Formats: sequence, C-alpha cells, structure tokens
Amino acid sequence: MIGKPLSSRRLATLAAIWLILLLAPFWMVPLGGYTALGTRVLVLGLAAMSVNFLLGFTGVLSFGHAAYFGLGAYGAGFALKYLMPSTPLSLLCGTLLGGVAGALLGALIARRRGVYFAMVTIAFGQVFYYIAFQWSSVTGGDDGLRGFARQPLHLGFATIDILSNANAFYYFVLFCVALAVGMMGFILRSPFGRTMVAIRENERRARFLGIPVDRHIWIAFSLSCFFMAFAGALYALVNNFADPRGLHYSQSGDFVMMAVMGGMRSFWGPLLGAAVFVVVQDYLSSITINWMSFIGMLFIAIVLFFPRGLLGFLRRKAQT
Amino acid sequence: MTQLLLFNITNGLIIGAFYVLMALGISLILNLSNVINFAHGGFLVVGGYIAYTITPYVGFWGALLIAPLLTAIIGFVIERVLVRPLYGRDPLYSLLLTFGLAFIFEDGARFIWGAQGKPVSVPAILAQPLSSELFFVTGYRLFMVVTVAIAVALLFVLLRYTRLGIRIRAGTLDLETVAALGINVGRLRTLNFAVGIYLAGLSGVLAAGQLGLEPTMGTSLLMPSFIAIIVGGVGSLTGTLLGGLLIGVASGITAVFLPAASEAIMYVMMAIVLLIRPRGLLGEEGMMT
Repeated sequence: MIGKPLSSRRLATLAAIWLILLLAPFWMVPLGGYTALGTRVLVLGLAAMSVNFLLGFTGVLSFGHAAYFGLGAYGAGFALKYLMPSTPLSLLCGTLLGGVAGALLGALIARRRGVYFAMVTIAFGQVFYYIAFQWSSVTGGDDGLRGFARQPLHLGFATIDILSNANAFYYFVLFCVALAVGMMGFILRSPFGRTMVAIRENERRARFLGIPVDRHIWIAFSLSCFFMAFAGALYALVNNFADPRGLHYSQSGDFVMMAVMGGMRSFWGPLLGAAVFVVVQDYLSSITINWMSFIGMLFIAIVLFFPRGLLGFLRRKAQT
Repeated sequence: MTQLLLFNITNGLIIGAFYVLMALGISLILNLSNVINFAHGGFLVVGGYIAYTITPYVGFWGALLIAPLLTAIIGFVIERVLVRPLYGRDPLYSLLLTFGLAFIFEDGARFIWGAQGKPVSVPAILAQPLSSELFFVTGYRLFMVVTVAIAVALLFVLLRYTRLGIRIRAGTLDLETVAALGINVGRLRTLNFAVGIYLAGLSGVLAAGQLGLEPTMGTSLLMPSFIAIIVGGVGSLTGTLLGGLLIGVASGITAVFLPAASEAIMYVMMAIVLLIRPRGLLGEEGMMT
C-alpha cells in the first residue's frame, strides 16, 4: 500500500481517516466515549505505529520499545518540572532522551536477528524500567514522576489553553500525531523506506545487492525509537504524570499486540489496533477485576485466529 | 566482612541456582522450537501453587515429586493445543501467545489462591541452620542447591545418553535433517517442551519453600533468566548454566558493596558481554544470531 501512486481510492480512504480523527470529539461523546479516551487512543496509536515502523516494514521484532516510550515520558516530565514550563520544549526533550538512548543501544543490538534480537531488546528495555523504579530520588520510583503539568501554548498572537480544555488538547495532540505520521509516511515512501521493505522481504538478497543491512536496521531502529519517544512525551502530557510501568516489557507487549491486532502489514492498522485495545481494556477493567485474563485470552485468540490483524482479515474478505 | 561476603556469595549461588533452573527450561524450548516462552514464570507459579495445595495431603516430599510432574502435564497439553499451530510461523506469534498465557497464569493464580502471599512450610529437618558459625546456610538452602545440582545433572545425562536427548540435541542443530531421518519432530518438540516446563515446576516448588508464594513471583524471576541465557550464549545449555551462576554470584557480591546495584550488575554484565563477545560466553557464531 505504501509507495503506490495515490489513486483516487487511496485518497478517499485517507480523507475518511482524517475526517474521522478530526471530528472525533463530536461523534465520540454521543457514542458513550469521552474526549480524553480519544486523546489516549491517538497517542498509543502513534506508539503502536512506531513499533510497526520497525516490525511491519523492516521485519525486526523489538519487544522492548516501551522503554523508549517511557523515556520520552520522563524526558518531557523532567523538562516541565526542572527546566522550563513550556510544552514544546518538553516534547523536544522527551523525544531526544528516548531517541538518543534508543540509537545508542540500537548500535549494540542491530547485528542480532530473530528471537535473539527480541530477547536482547527486552532485557535492555528492562534496564530503564529498573532505573526508573529504583532511582526514586530523581524519578519518583514506584509512584512515578509527578508535580508537572502541560502548559498553555503561546503562539505569539494567541494563547491556546490545552490544560483545561479537553477538545483543544485533543486537537493539539492530533496535530502532533499528524506531523509524526506524515514524517513516517514520507520516510516509508523514500528510497530508504523501500530498502527497509526489501530487507524485510529477503535479507540475504538485500545483502547481495550491496545494501548495508545492519546499518539500515540500526537507522530504522533509531528512527522508530525517536517516534516512540515522541509518543511517550505526548503521553506524559496526557496524564501530567510519568509512570514507571510505561517502561515495562509488558507495555512493549501491549504495543506489539496493538500493531498485530490492527494489521502489521498496513500503515494505519496499528492505529485501529490501538483504538480497539484501549476501548476493550477500558471496558474490561470497569466490569471485572480479572481483566488481565481476558486480555490474555484476547492475545491468544488474535494469534491463533486473526494473525493478519483486523485490516488483513477485512482485506482478505474483500478479495474473496 | 569476610562473613558478610561469604553470606552474600552463598546467597548469590542459591539465587543463581534458581536462575539456572529457570533459564535451562527456557533455553531448551528456545533452542529446539524457537519459542521465547514468556509464560515460563507463569508455569513456575503454577508449580508452586500446586505444591502448596497438595502438601497437606502428600507432604512436602510428595509435593516435590508430584507438583513438577503435574506442571509438566499442563505444559504438555498447552503445547499440543496452543503452541503447536504456531511452529513455522513468525516467532512473533508464539511470543505473543506465551505473553498472553503469562497474563492468564498470573491472574488465574490470583483468582484461585488470592493476591496475598502464601507461606509454605518446609520439613523441620530442613529448616534449621547447619551450624551457628555459618548461620545463613540453613538446611533448606543446602537442600535447594543440591536438588538443583541433581536436576541439572540428570538433564545433562538425559541429553547426552538417552535417545530422546540425542534427538533433542540433533534437532537443535538441524531440525530439517532430523525430520528427514524419520523422527516425529512434532512429538519431539512436545516432549522437549514438557521437560522445560518440568524444570519450571520444580523451580516453583523450591522457590515456594524459600521465598513464599505470590502470583507475581514468576515475572520477577523471568528477566534474570533471560539475561543468564544471553550472557551464557543462546544455543548453549552449558552457557546458560554458567550464565545463571555468574549473574547470581555477581549480584550477591554487589549486594555487599552497593546493595542498590545488585540487580543492575546483571544488566551491566549483559552489556559488557554483548559488546566484547556478542554471541555470549559459550554461544556459537551463527546460532540464532
């Protein structure tokens, strides 16, 4: 789907997606949702798309991406708390913290493949969880980083209150997500993005063509960490709080699951997966304390019966 | 100081023995079936709680024999029903499946036995210290280390000398050829999985006596086991054994000088190994890398 010229059908799909997202505050509330839920879906959707940038388009499974998500959140929190009460600056700091950490570790990890790659990413991801959990004088430990709040946006000619106005904040997040998603789409359409897909399809052939595979995987990993950290920084603004559990490998599992559930071979699938996942989790945890079991069963059901995800399933249905 | 050091090294060895038992099970399954078993900690919890439940009827020694077997049977069934359809697909799927299973095990244990920790009593003969000088070496701890040593020795004998073990090792190296020689690879994988889960169940029983039982205990033992495998080298069981003992002792020694870093040292060791010797201490180049 990525890389083909924009057909009129694709343009219509894109327009529909953006229209749904733009009008979300208006149709969500009558359907029993609330705007903050929509904001969370957007941010977690961006995170799942970042995981999928690596998983679905380079074919490399990182099971420790929550670490960079969490680092983004802590980076944003630190900037707001200690540096300067400015929302854009906090986003920048969070993105840099998570992205740079990811790029550095990526250099160590990028030569591994397959399950070994997954194991090493899990273990390194846990390093940051462990630091956030233990170093409580700086990070707040188990309680998480508190004591900061997103700040109104000063645009020079106007001030937008994103702190108390839920709709304004939704549109701010949508704007940020649109920027990131646009950049992701741009990269995937570039020659570099085509190379990523080539590596996914046949690594050996890509190597024979003279593509420096390890370096490309490292760059793809780093880029995906930057996107991930950006999503994490946004998530800190959503909650006005950074949670150590956001760095844990079980959070990574949730992100991978969102990508798989939506359909990891498609660009927008993870966003759909995130929407379904967040709504289901929100609903389950409100009706039963054993929601973890149900999420576990959902994992198993998806893996066994819908391995191509919702979009893959629908597309296959449409073809037959 | 010497005694403190000795105390912590002993502690580290005991913890390391745990990691070894867990990690060997994960390693077995990973090497043959290319499945990262996230539910291994869950199986440990199941083993521990089964032991807790049957102890009043069969006693501690009976539970030590029966609980790991029951856990292995559960593992056998789960492999047959859930994991088997996923062989040959991207390892991502089996990973997500066992990840979901881990959720169910933890939540199920909480549902059935409650979130509160359960104390497990060990026989009086094992509870007392060996001597007043070495007060920290209780009989139980010694017993644990000996049990782990016996289990590991038996595992290596099984792999070295029995037909099943030789097939498992051959399958780890080249599954296709093993299949071509007419060996039922599906059954081989199932049995191998059950052996791995048996080790998880055994760790569960032993852990229950030492640490008490909690639904979340499996998760906390999982990550050190992964690190043990990476440090020792993916694909090598001897490496896993070495890795587990190494990180156990290292974290024991660190606990003397810098208690807060006793867990961090494992990650540091892993980073160093990956930098200097990416295949792990005893890993072979080209295996799964």
